Amino acid sequence: MELSTAVMKQWALRINAKMQEHKDRLSELDQAIGDGDHGHNMARGFQEVANKLEDTSYDDIGAMYKDVASTLISKVGGASGPLYGTAFLKAANAWKGRDALDSAAFTEGIEAAVGGIETRGKASLGDKTMLDVWIPVRDEMKEDGADAEKAASTAEKEAEATIDKVAKKGRASYLGERSKGHMDPGAFSSQLVFEALAEVYKEGAS
Amino acid sequence: MKKLINGVDQIVSEMVEGLVAAHPDKLRSIENTNVIVRADAPVQGKVALISGGGSGHEPAHAGYVGEGLLDAAVSGEVFTSPTPDQVLEAIKAVDSGSGVLLIVKNYSGDVMNFDMAADLAEAEDITVKQVVIRDDVAISNPEDRRGVAGTTLVHMIAGAAAAEGKSLDEVEAIAQSVADNLRSMGVSLSPCTVPASGKPGFTLDENEMEIGTGIHGEQGVERRELMQADAVTEELVQHVLDDMHLNDGSEVALMINGQGATPLMELYIVARKAIQLLKDRGIHVKKTFVGEYMTSLEMTGCSVTILNLDKERKRLLLSGRE
Repeated sequence: MELSTAVMKQWALRINAKMQEHKDRLSELDQAIGDGDHGHNMARGFQEVANKLEDTSYDDIGAMYKDVASTLISKVGGASGPLYGTAFLKAANAWKGRDALDSAAFTEGIEAAVGGIETRGKASLGDKTMLDVWIPVRDEMKEDGADAEKAASTAEKEAEATIDKVAKKGRASYLGERSKGHMDPGAFSSQLVFEALAEVYKEGAS
Repeated sequence: MKKLINGVDQIVSEMVEGLVAAHPDKLRSIENTNVIVRADAPVQGKVALISGGGSGHEPAHAGYVGEGLLDAAVSGEVFTSPTPDQVLEAIKAVDSGSGVLLIVKNYSGDVMNFDMAADLAEAEDITVKQVVIRDDVAISNPEDRRGVAGTTLVHMIAGAAAAEGKSLDEVEAIAQSVADNLRSMGVSLSPCTVPASGKPGFTLDENEMEIGTGIHGEQGVERRELMQADAVTEELVQHVLDDMHLNDGSEVALMINGQGATPLMELYIVARKAIQLLKDRGIHVKKTFVGEYMTSLEMTGCSVTILNLDKERKRLLLSGRE
């Protein structure tokens, strides 16, 4: 897998398109077990990301994703801002100075992102959070190399699997057993992130 | 959704604008942010106090900015914690060189954003400390407890301590001692509607109530059949007391906090019973607060907060502002 600066830019723009498209669904999922604004916050934050990226040209993927991260940190708020912001900030550090990413370099970024989410959110696998998607995707990439399409299908499967879990972190955790039966909104937005990757990779590669 | 607003995206900025326009002698805002600071900030020689969080809890936290209370409040979107750069702007605006104490409610978003702001401030050589409030006994694990209405008692007592010119370490220790001796529990009879989603956060039948509701319209820990005020109060007070070490002769402050749409009449009915229950146990209520301190938009219901008072906390609370 090889990702050019152009494809990496498209990735962020496509994430925005997905957040806009699924804004209501994300908020509905959040309403069931949180406070119902995840879609609104993600859509607002990624719209700002898209505005920033469209106005700037980048040779360095690290610099581009540092802008993605700082925009999310300063525009989203809630828990999603620091978590997604930290994820992309850590990935940006790993991608610093590169104008293309091969499978190993991309995986390095995802690995750093997961580390960032874990440190910031103090959650673990199985807590019914976005990590339930990110950790399996990372593990798969480390094992078999980065594959955008596989990442997307794993993300979808793992997001689905959060439905039966009991939340242990975030506002949903206050519901205890009552959090069962609903997909974690952060897991679904993470699914969208990897779906966006698969789409732009396919388009970029063909 | 029926609300007196102009548009979902302007709610917070227009509220901030209105607050400052209404009290220009006491408050100002920082341009391009939703940060409200004391008009005379930074106050030389005084530790600065900052709190904040999502909007929708008014008067918390912007309503507590003023002499003897907070130096700044940072308002996020409705029920969404503010971003680190906004908190940093507040820190920079109020620090007089004596240091800044952040009073943070234990919600993951608040904790993460204030934490990042503290890191950014440290990088600019400002000394920042944090106290995280976890007063909601509805959550059994003390580490996971939410910060709810009792947070405003921390504003009052830490505010009084800072006004006396105590050092950052001293103010932090007092704020922490309030946090450690503070317990709350809430009940909701009907939900609220977050403007951005346009629909109520949960639904309750006519004969149902949620015990242990948070302050964001999130559901409670248990759905129950609606009970009369005395029975509800008894349950809330008992839950709170079960988690405290009070003896015959203990002195406390009591807060009956309305969630936004409950008439004072009902809050006083709850207060009446709560005071009676404490008296029966030989607990002296030195100060009672009845009203809206930390609301949840138009949710109905209330919370009961009890703060165990020692000599210093009592002195600061009774001498301070509310």
